[in-house]
Amino acid sequence: MYETKYHKASSVDEAVSLMGAADDGKLLSGGQTLLPTMKAHLAAPSDLVDVSGIADMNGVGVRGNVISIGAATTHAEVAGNAALQNACAAVTDLAANIGDPAVRHMGTIGGSIANNDPAADYPAALLALGATIKTNARDIAAEDFFVGLFETALEDDEVIVSIGFEAPEKACYAKFPNPASRYAMAGVFVAKTAGGARVAVTGAGDDGVYRQSDMEAALDGNWSAGALTGVSVSADGMLSDMHGDATYRANLVKVMAGRAVAGC
Amino acid sequence: MTVVSMTVNGKAARADVPDNTLLVEYIREHLRLTGTHVGCDTSQCGACVVHVNGKAVKSCAALAVASEGADVTTIEGLANGEMHPMQTAFKENHGLQCGFCTPGMVMTATDMVARYRESGKTLDEAAIRSELEGNICRCTGYHNIVKAIADGASKMASS
Ligand SMILES: Cc1cc2nc3c(=O)[nH]c(=O)nc-3n(C[C@H](O)[C@H](O)[C@H](O)COP(=O)(O)OP(=O)(O)OC[C@H]3O[C@@H](n4cnc5c(N)ncnc54)[C@H](O)[C@@H]3O)c2cc1C
Ligand code: FES
Ligand code: FES
Repeated sequence: MYETKYHKASSVDEAVSLMGAADDGKLLSGGQTLLPTMKAHLAAPSDLVDVSGIADMNGVGVRGNVISIGAATTHAEVAGNAALQNACAAVTDLAANIGDPAVRHMGTIGGSIANNDPAADYPAALLALGATIKTNARDIAAEDFFVGLFETALEDDEVIVSIGFEAPEKACYAKFPNPASRYAMAGVFVAKTAGGARVAVTGAGDDGVYRQSDMEAALDGNWSAGALTGVSVSADGMLSDMHGDATYRANLVKVMAGRAVAGC
Repeated sequence: MTVVSMTVNGKAARADVPDNTLLVEYIREHLRLTGTHVGCDTSQCGACVVHVNGKAVKSCAALAVASEGADVTTIEGLANGEMHPMQTAFKENHGLQCGFCTPGMVMTATDMVARYRESGKTLDEAAIRSELEGNICRCTGYHNIVKAIADGASKMASS
């Protein structure tokens, strides 16, 4: 790993000013993506600003059906939150199946969505739930936040503070994990919300997470796995790599969507 | 360079280290506790698992300076005069061959037993296998590791 200067921020404001003062700073949260990337010499930030200890960025709040998750909340804390499990078990189950126990003890929701890996799990949940990403500067709708492969709407030095959403009527996430890495080969998050059915797909699209609108239309009138049988998923725009080609992934999307709806 | 202080296996440890020092480098190269292993470059093998403030973490994916004030337990800190019940279970169940993955396996195992006990969930065979997702063994084929952890869990409950 190249040399770097470590700073521990104790507030969001401090993190923003430390980033402003740094030459080429990067925020450090759980480090489960950034540190391996730095070890591989694929990133060489001059400064690391650790946000994991900032109180305002930690913890899960559930007030009625209004949910807020601090950006530095670990996957294990989300998975183990009883109030959130009552309000939206699809999200606690999703967190409980990210990576492995040691990764879940360190990795955070903010780090995961800032990284926007095309096979990461949280982006599908946030897009399907119509979540709002709150930063130090503004509120960003999930729809606008996830821009493309490893790309988000975040400006340089912008800090995600928390993620907010309303508990849906029903929701479920079905993931077909790559047997080696456990990242999604295709993961489908379905939600029955006040505004209608929402279906978001991760792991499969060649431009990252996206909404499968024809499935949403089919589920709007008839929330059942059977409603999806008539929907065909095109292989155009699907990822094709050594783990599976586009046709295989298109089929997985359909199968996972069916399992997700049946699991609600 | 930053001065970092932590408690390792119950003893105070303090050193001036470069900021890019990984926790595992600090443990192995500064403290000379070489029971914690490094088996990969990709944070996937789990040979480096230690407990930080009571939780299993991969010490190859954490910085020493970020562990300021932490309470760290390595494989060397588990035995207390005599072997920890989980270590005994690995020995009795032939849960290792070359032993390279074993420190990480044992640290992961004691963490999972403690978490399942705390949450009141049953640590059955399927749960043990899924909890071992982040620990790779090139020798045993896992069956005896799974048996050892089940046995270690009951030994821990009765010790
Ligand atoms: C072995 C292994 C298996 C994994 N399996 C899965 C899996 O199955 N599914 C899955 O989804 N993920 C998986 N992951 C990734 C894991 O979930 C990471 O924890 C996550 O992607 C990054 O979160 P982090 O907190 O560790 O972020 P870090 O590594 O600290 O940071 C990642 C990026 O986000 C930026 N960042 C961090 N916090 C903020 C913030 N508050 N505001 C703005 N930018 C920020 C950083 O600057 C950096 O660019 C796996 C990782 C490993 C090592
Ligand atoms: S050395 Fe840490 S996971 Fe392999
Ligand atoms: S015993 Fe050799 S790697 Fe597990």
